[in-house]
Amino acid sequence: MDMPLVNRRILNSRPAILDALAAVLSEGVLITNTVELKAYECDGLSAYRCPPMAVTLPRTTAEVAAILKVCHSMGVPVVPRGAGTSLAGGALPTADCVILGVSRLTRVIEINTADRFIHVETGRTNLSVTGAVESEGFFYAPDPSSQIACAIAGNIAMNSGGAHCLKYGVTTNNLLGVRMVLMDGTELTLGGPFNDSGGLDLMGVICGSEGQLAVVTEAWLRILPKPEGARPVLIGFDSNEVAGACVGDIIKAGVLPVAIEFMDRPAIVACEAFAKAGYPDCAALLIIEVEGSLAEIDDQLARIRDLAGRHAPVAYRESTSEADSARIWLGRKSAFGAMGQMGDYMCLDGTIPVSSLPLVLRRIGEMSDEFGLRVANVFHAGDGNMHPLILFDANKPGDLERCEAFGAAILTLCVEVGGCLTGEHGVGVEKRDLMSVQYNPADLEAQMSVKDVFDPSWLLNPAKVFPLSASAGRRAG
Amino acid sequence: MIRSATGPLALRGGGTRGPRVDGEILDLSGLSGISLYEPGALTVVAGAGTPLSEIEQTLAAQGQRLPFEPPDIQALLGRQGASTIGGVAAANASGPRRVQARAARDSLIGLKCVDGRGVAIKSGGRVMKNVTGLDLVKLMSGAHGTLGVLTEVAFKLLPQPETSAGLCLHGLTNTQAVSAMSAALGSPYEISGAAHLPAEKQTYVRIEGFARSVAYRLDRLKSLLAMHAAEITVADQPVERWKAIRDVAPLAGQGGDLWRLSVQPSTAPTLLAGMPDDAKVLLDWGGGLIWALIPEGCNLRARLGPISGHATLMRSASSLPVFSPEPAPIAALSAALRAKFDPKAIFNRGIMG
Repeated sequence: MDMPLVNRRILNSRPAILDALAAVLSEGVLITNTVELKAYECDGLSAYRCPPMAVTLPRTTAEVAAILKVCHSMGVPVVPRGAGTSLAGGALPTADCVILGVSRLTRVIEINTADRFIHVETGRTNLSVTGAVESEGFFYAPDPSSQIACAIAGNIAMNSGGAHCLKYGVTTNNLLGVRMVLMDGTELTLGGPFNDSGGLDLMGVICGSEGQLAVVTEAWLRILPKPEGARPVLIGFDSNEVAGACVGDIIKAGVLPVAIEFMDRPAIVACEAFAKAGYPDCAALLIIEVEGSLAEIDDQLARIRDLAGRHAPVAYRESTSEADSARIWLGRKSAFGAMGQMGDYMCLDGTIPVSSLPLVLRRIGEMSDEFGLRVANVFHAGDGNMHPLILFDANKPGDLERCEAFGAAILTLCVEVGGCLTGEHGVGVEKRDLMSVQYNPADLEAQMSVKDVFDPSWLLNPAKVFPLSASAGRRAG
Repeated sequence: MIRSATGPLALRGGGTRGPRVDGEILDLSGLSGISLYEPGALTVVAGAGTPLSEIEQTLAAQGQRLPFEPPDIQALLGRQGASTIGGVAAANASGPRRVQARAARDSLIGLKCVDGRGVAIKSGGRVMKNVTGLDLVKLMSGAHGTLGVLTEVAFKLLPQPETSAGLCLHGLTNTQAVSAMSAALGSPYEISGAAHLPAEKQTYVRIEGFARSVAYRLDRLKSLLAMHAAEITVADQPVERWKAIRDVAPLAGQGGDLWRLSVQPSTAPTLLAGMPDDAKVLLDWGGGLIWALIPEGCNLRARLGPISGHATLMRSASSLPVFSPEPAPIAALSAALRAKFDPKAIFNRGIMG
């Protein structure tokens, strides 16, 4: 993976840039010493590292604007950062950049259950948003696996999803408004505690823009009443194809579970060894969760039981208690930790039409043999969001490159069957150069022209999202 | 046609919902037909000119539907035509179920369009989780064609519920009605509609789903709302009733300027109090959507002052802007985006910005 050459002019001006920042910031906002900078050299995609020139951790939106104004006037790239949990390198620094971290912006500004929204600063973690409204019987729906750590700012930047999107949608479907700052320091508010935009839906393009357009400091988020109840069921099958077909049947039949999670044998074995959740020994298993009133849960499960029965399941276990539910989810939720114990892995998140599940799973299995690397599949089947985990050995020369080539082949397959490169993790640096697989030059040009409008000097979050070759002319300017 | 155009073009789907603009009509009804429908993947892809009725019938045959309940406001606007799926996307047109299933733009998962230079662009696709690149789908949805001509749209779908039922609360003031609707929408009973008709002093709340569950929830909801209203009945003819609310039928066929306000629900009663005495209104989305018929020429925006929301002038003989004026930095961004996507300034000029 290439990064653009470091701009010597900026590095040479480092003392002047740091002075200019220090002059407008309160005590402790600016971090410049080498040891502390090291903590910001990577995000969740730790294969790539580069310490930034400086880090800023502002306490207010006004300070965010001040930092951006200084960097804008001095031509310094800025990398916005939430909690640094991106799996796509969305917050990877360049050596000539200033990191703008929102981790100190954690206030809850307003909770309004009558109008069903919460207004927060974006450094707050995803889970703590639900924490703030739980006692009132509400929750914030998007639930990425990293929800205990990830920040709302990053959720908005990546348009994060989670296991329950099938019913509740992703971040963009739960975002009402943002307060944000443009690269030139202009502060503005889009939307608010009401529905839709009165003009162009600028917030719609801000969400998921991976820090390319603006730095979001506050958000109005939709909160929802907690469901009456939920119950998962675990169903085992003797092949991936059959499990995939069962998913299609359930959706077609009009049952709408809140989550349909899929694990193949390598994932089941790894999770079982790690978490001992009591999963059956089978080729593929589905964890399906339904929600609602007791009557609704019973109705939905009866339908699922009937539909699954037509696919000769080798195991079927409905939860009978809270503890049982927790056990059913335990293995799935510890999947990434379990895989981590087995060695290095790369996690993809291409999305495919649900109807292509059996085909894509079969092809991934064949490619696994071709590339000589093992792969485990654990993913959100209801919405077609795959998570193939490719296992490799970082200490073995050539293994990372082979893994990356395998990953690219899988993502290309996802696009070929009508899907996309990334369903919830974002493009970042990781999938940047694959963008041209999914988009032709005109499509990319249209997206880049939006960046031209918001960030004409192309200083925000450099070298992400767009293939370096496509953005070269603009970045040089 | 776009590449050679020098003068303004008026994009036309069915001509049933968008603001009327000057210019040579670019009729999109030829871009018709469903190109892909996968019930098992809950997705449909169709030409932008496909009649909405054709889409709805095709989905209904498989027990599915568009989640956001697009309204048919022809009678309200005094128009006649066949609404198209592209028009629904371009207007981000959502009905009562928006409180539960969100807006048209939330179900719109992909599109193809042609920009003002005649260049074909695609964004999104046909899968419901897609964060690959900038989300131009959202930008185009609700842009009323001012950034590009939609040629194909992809929507995510939901199953049709087994049953639809609801309650009617009688005799509530606007304030009482909004607070009752908030209580309902804040309950776990999955309310799929909450509307208030001030003239009749009737407040409607809808629940959809499996029959047994709906019956149980209706009962629970009635208990929950007992403290808000002395008289609560089970609504008769819920399907017809909600169609009338969706299409704003109580305000159809009458004179005056037609306003549509999207607001913070709890502010609705104060806003209603600030309207002219002879205003005719309907509240949807638990108070978050106000439809108002006001005597011609009254500038409702000036009269109400700053609101937590925005006001669109849907039908008027006056020269007031259709959309709420935006703060300078937002207007500047929007204008710059239009200049990028429609550099000759030919698409649906004069309605936005």
